[in-house]
Amino acid sequence: MTKTEVLHNLKEKFKAQIIDIIERSTRRIYIEINSCAIVEIATYIFKNLGARFSIASGVDVYSHMEILYHFTFEDINVVITLRVKLDKKKLEIDSLTSVFKAADWIEREINELLGINFKGHPNLIRLLLPDDWPQGVYPLRRDYKEWDKNAIRDRGV
Amino acid sequence: MSFKLKALLKSPWVFHLSTGSCNNCDIEILDCLTPRFDIERFGMLLVGSIKHADVLLVTGSVNRNCIPRIKDVYEQMPRPCLVVAIGECSLSRGMFIHSYNCPLPLDKVIPVDVYIPGCPPRPEAIIAGIVKLIGKVKKSITKK
Amino acid sequence: MAKKTIVPIGPYHPLQEEPEFFTLTVEGEKIVDIDVRVGWNHRGIEKLSESKSFDQSTFLVERICGICSTSHPFAYTRAVEDIISIEVPERAKYIRTIIAEGERIHSHLLWLGLAGHFLGYNTVYMWAWKLREEILDVMEILSGNRNNYAMFKPGGVRRDINPDDIPGVVKKIDSIIPTLVMLKKAVIDDPVLHARTKGVGVLTKEDSISYCALGPTSRASGVARDIRKDCPYGVYDKLEWDMIVTQNGDVFDKLLVRVLETFESIKIVKQCLKDLPKGEIDAKIKNIPPGEGIGHIEAPRGECFHYVLSDGTNRPARHKVRAPTFMNLPTYKATVIGETISDATIILAAIDPCYCCTERVAVRTLKGKKIYDGQDLVKLSQEKTQKIKDKMGIK
Repeated sequence: MTKTEVLHNLKEKFKAQIIDIIERSTRRIYIEINSCAIVEIATYIFKNLGARFSIASGVDVYSHMEILYHFTFEDINVVITLRVKLDKKKLEIDSLTSVFKAADWIEREINELLGINFKGHPNLIRLLLPDDWPQGVYPLRRDYKEWDKNAIRDRGV
Repeated sequence: MSFKLKALLKSPWVFHLSTGSCNNCDIEILDCLTPRFDIERFGMLLVGSIKHADVLLVTGSVNRNCIPRIKDVYEQMPRPCLVVAIGECSLSRGMFIHSYNCPLPLDKVIPVDVYIPGCPPRPEAIIAGIVKLIGKVKKSITKK
Repeated sequence: MAKKTIVPIGPYHPLQEEPEFFTLTVEGEKIVDIDVRVGWNHRGIEKLSESKSFDQSTFLVERICGICSTSHPFAYTRAVEDIISIEVPERAKYIRTIIAEGERIHSHLLWLGLAGHFLGYNTVYMWAWKLREEILDVMEILSGNRNNYAMFKPGGVRRDINPDDIPGVVKKIDSIIPTLVMLKKAVIDDPVLHARTKGVGVLTKEDSISYCALGPTSRASGVARDIRKDCPYGVYDKLEWDMIVTQNGDVFDKLLVRVLETFESIKIVKQCLKDLPKGEIDAKIKNIPPGEGIGHIEAPRGECFHYVLSDGTNRPARHKVRAPTFMNLPTYKATVIGETISDATIILAAIDPCYCCTERVAVRTLKGKKIYDGQDLVKLSQEKTQKIKDKMGIK
């Protein structure tokens, strides 16, 4: 399967869900999709097109939140990124854990660092932050401010 | 106390505690044990339990999760005991000083006797640091 | 039926790159469930990177992991170069490949040594680490430091390789090959090692795909994935080397893949040193335009993935780092369950996390009657090897 075929298949199958396709370079394609269609499209990419799920990155871009799902197509050397935009007032999206187990940890990570809720995740508990970290404080958000009054940020020299 | 310290200096057994380091310092400590450096010939031994240790080697920029554990481990150590901070991270947290998860430097959590700088310190530097530690303790004994 | 007991391991890293906390649920000797809790090593690097300039971030990502201190800068600089869409000068590509492969050799030797230690073969540990010192010497000659080479920068490399050093380096690499061959034979033909590792901790092909396992962990399960072959970067497409793939997915195959890969890496380094072209080593990037870039490379443990978002300032607006262990670690759920406690150490070790602190595993039964520490767990593993040896009549 070539790159054009992959893109063509995706365009044909999910015409209504794909908002925009940007080719930043020959090897990097960014596809913006509706957030409600993520499970459907990810399943198709993973199972039918045989791509590998690399990782998801959550980004706070001031006006809204984005989740980028990176899929690596190893046989054609292309990384396709599914971009999902989320409104800051309604930060939730369907979980991908039912499609591939690899999504488990990264969804937990995005949940604790950015505060996005993954619907249907079996075990959405903290992964990285300590248990005494205050609820509702998300370090990767743009409006994060240091909450710990005891922290020392001075080298003392 | 000083008799115990004197006995300790003959063969200081070390316990190694990583508090959120990048592993480089930890590997250099293990390197000290392998044939090229081989600190075991000086009686230094890396032990698996804190209850057997005389010297605590701490690496890494003290992590929020680790702070209570470091205190725990320090309390469990048999006295007299010595603490060595290895690597830039445990000295001043290096480039992680502004990290949200590294609130305190090591010497604000437990008292530190010797600091070995470097990112990572070479095995020679670690050995030299321990030798300096021994010299320091010897001096304090003779003063008394 | 034996009662279920919970065995906590950790939190100070038993065998992992990051210190973690494992909870094993066991029935007698058999492990029926495992849970992993990480975060003992979380330093907020992604947030810190947003406060550093593009150049400074290279040094920051170098300190994510001491063993992968080339892989992360490599992936990061490739992500930044992806934003600008520039090509790195040819000589810089060669130098990058040499440093990256040198790192792979020392990382695999490190793993081999520690795996030997867990199985009760301290001789393997000492031999492998002694060989590793030679590689570290080579890296010191080439880059000036034993670890944290600081060779990478967006657009090229920071330092050139002195042509006068090359003959010495080649000689040094050649000198370790006979010992390495001897070590390989000793490790691969050993009947006791076969008994301890064959059929233990099997990761099936289906699981490997579903967990998106990477690097040697996936290649041992018969999934032929290698970013160096599939998405070539550096000069890997110009060189002659083989991807090592085995089929069984057990601990022995993971060991085999790593040992054989070491030889491939030596081959790559020698070819690069031979063909090293003359020319510039830096593309001299002035400023970085707004945009986003992805860089991924094959680290010793698998694909290392970086995503960088630039908003036109001199700092990354978002920098996502995905280390290979992040994907490999959850495969424990598939490999450890059903095995015995004495095999747990080597299975946990088989995906090659860094185990600088193996000695600090604390295992205790629920009521706290029996307390194992890390050494006891290793001892348990070593005793099993001894038993097998006795059975086979090997001294």
